Amino acid sequence: MAMSTENEHPVKAFGWAARDTTGHLSPFRFSRRATGEKDVTFKVLYCGICHSDLHNIKNEWGITSYPVVPGHEIVGMVTEVGTKVTKFKVGDKVGVGCMVGSCRSCANCKEDLENYCPEMILTYGAKYYDGTITHGGYSDIMVSDEHFVIKIPDNLPLEGSAPLLCAGITVYSPLKYYGLDKAGMHLGVVGLGGLGHMAVKFAKAMGLKVTVISTSPNKKKEAMDHLGADAFLVSRNTKEMELAMGTIDGIIDTVSAVHALLPVIGLLKTNGKLVMVGAPEKPLELLAFPLLMGRKMVGGSGIGGIKETQEMIDFAAKHNIVADIELIPMDYVNTAMERLSKADVKYRFVIDIVNSLKPS
Amino acid sequence: MKCLNQTHKVFFDSRSVPRAFWENGDEDVTIKILFCGVCHSDLHVAKNEWGFTNYPVVPGHEMVGTVMKVGSDVKKFKVGERVGVGVIVGSCKKCESCQQDLENYCPQTIFTYNSHYTDGTKTYGGYSDMIVVDERYVLRFPDNLPLEGGAPLLCAGITVYSPMKYYGMTEPGKHLGVAGLGGLGHVAVKMGKAFGLKVTVISSSPKKETEAIERLGADSFLVTSDPAKMKAALGTMDYIIDTVSAVHPLLPLLSLLKLNGKLVTVGLPDKPLELPIFPLVLGRKLVGGSDIGGMKETQEMLDFCAKHGIAADVEVIQMDYINTAMERLAKSDVRYRFVIDVASSLSQ
Repeated sequence: MAMSTENEHPVKAFGWAARDTTGHLSPFRFSRRATGEKDVTFKVLYCGICHSDLHNIKNEWGITSYPVVPGHEIVGMVTEVGTKVTKFKVGDKVGVGCMVGSCRSCANCKEDLENYCPEMILTYGAKYYDGTITHGGYSDIMVSDEHFVIKIPDNLPLEGSAPLLCAGITVYSPLKYYGLDKAGMHLGVVGLGGLGHMAVKFAKAMGLKVTVISTSPNKKKEAMDHLGADAFLVSRNTKEMELAMGTIDGIIDTVSAVHALLPVIGLLKTNGKLVMVGAPEKPLELLAFPLLMGRKMVGGSGIGGIKETQEMIDFAAKHNIVADIELIPMDYVNTAMERLSKADVKYRFVIDIVNSLKPS
Repeated sequence: MKCLNQTHKVFFDSRSVPRAFWENGDEDVTIKILFCGVCHSDLHVAKNEWGFTNYPVVPGHEMVGTVMKVGSDVKKFKVGERVGVGVIVGSCKKCESCQQDLENYCPQTIFTYNSHYTDGTKTYGGYSDMIVVDERYVLRFPDNLPLEGGAPLLCAGITVYSPMKYYGMTEPGKHLGVAGLGGLGHVAVKMGKAFGLKVTVISSSPKKETEAIERLGADSFLVTSDPAKMKAALGTMDYIIDTVSAVHPLLPLLSLLKLNGKLVTVGLPDKPLELPIFPLVLGRKLVGGSDIGGMKETQEMLDFCAKHGIAADVEVIQMDYINTAMERLAKSDVRYRFVIDVASSLSQ
């Protein structure tokens, strides 16, 4: 007989879950495993709302299995560590991002690229080693293998650091991998949302000149005055876009809707790189001529490995970089999801779990 | 550059087209053309498939010949030497690209044919008996390279060599896929083997398999319409050079790549391709372009080919066969480049 989610593990847990494709989230009782010898258990304090959570709860990618407790930008305080845990102790401030497991033995895992492991286990909605389904951070406690836990430095405010665990690493990793991290380079950022605003902050900290490319002219003041962008292009303004052609070394494209690549590729200098971190579900049109004539490339990137995630957090701590957030109580989450679908947030919702998640 | 009032016979559509013969300037080299390769671009331009042809056009940008005259400031060449001329005959010489020996990416590149030279006159290509070129854009043709087989290297050769170097596709032991087995593809196979790579040809034509493996030295052959074989090859290649110039799906090629794999496209379909983004994000893969190469790298490529005994496989034709050759080329009916024996079939 199948165990109910409340009984499959020994430790009671409480969170909010979506139960069908409406994506409506509501209170949900479930359970977590006891702290294993390599596990870290922590009380969840805050959890960021990633756009992937929205895609998932509505089954927009066709992979959702209900009920699902989303949330993979989780920060909290350690309450228990397993006997073989060496990196953490009770009271530490920690975080968990998009993954909680991988095979640990393939070539990718050995190169600290657990995110590309074919057996990578997602923080929520995936099958864990013990056959049970993983539940994410819209919940009161979290248990994770120590390998997948990130230490949050003391000087980083916890609420603002939660989104770093997905949005942060998603833009940090390609900046490094594609060599777009050298002082003096000119970086373009397409889309000014959760990912985009992090890309601006990281790139400025790395000493790059940053131009934001957006469809919304009303984001210009924010981008330049508050986030520190050097320039702002309205993508529908063909004259502005034409004037900027061939001026940018690399572009991080965070837009997950289908959109035209040609004007974006045109902004690149010779040898320029366009990196896609948003994932439109339909293919985009690619014209060969502009790619060849400037020896340009279009590449992709998806989150980052654990080692690099820790490196990114430490970099953020050194430069005092956190996400710009709107802190919300748990019961605001459905409204937040509606607003998120209209990009009505500057720039990440973060659920105040510690103060507002209470069993009903 | 002064235009002398003489005409030399060039060949286009069975008529001789008068063309003014340029006086040899101080930095110029006058070349008697011996052979000229027929590149697929010649066909595209002859038929205005790219929309920028300025008729009449004399195609041909894979030519080899001998030096007949050198200008007073010419340092690199002397009369009688074997030389080659490829896709470009001029550039601004001042911009960042030119300064980095990347004349092919200069915004003012002057193409060997269908362009305008610095003096405003049209450029005409190698389907002709002679050409005058600034020495910077002339290549020294290695002695041990056969003329007919070496001519196609001037476009096909550099077009695959340059991205193989730039995108780091030269690590011995790694696995290269070559999509399309034509002029570009067959040279890519030969170069890939010379770099010590494992090479798989990816093709829609099963009948090319024996050739690919036994004659060109490919290690394996993958037919794109064989779903079982394509599935077995998923995630096995480090890089792919895509030489196909027709519109074709990229998803099957991207799926053949390993993590961090690179798909480099050197063919020029005239309509957009569909680029699926998920495979790029999930596998940190990239699709890049590359366009011929600079003069320094073209010379390096010729010397590399001479060292490794690499030449194109050619079918030598007479000038008056050209229109039939173009028809056959449109159907990919050539192994793997036509080369016009200009010297013996086109004379004053």
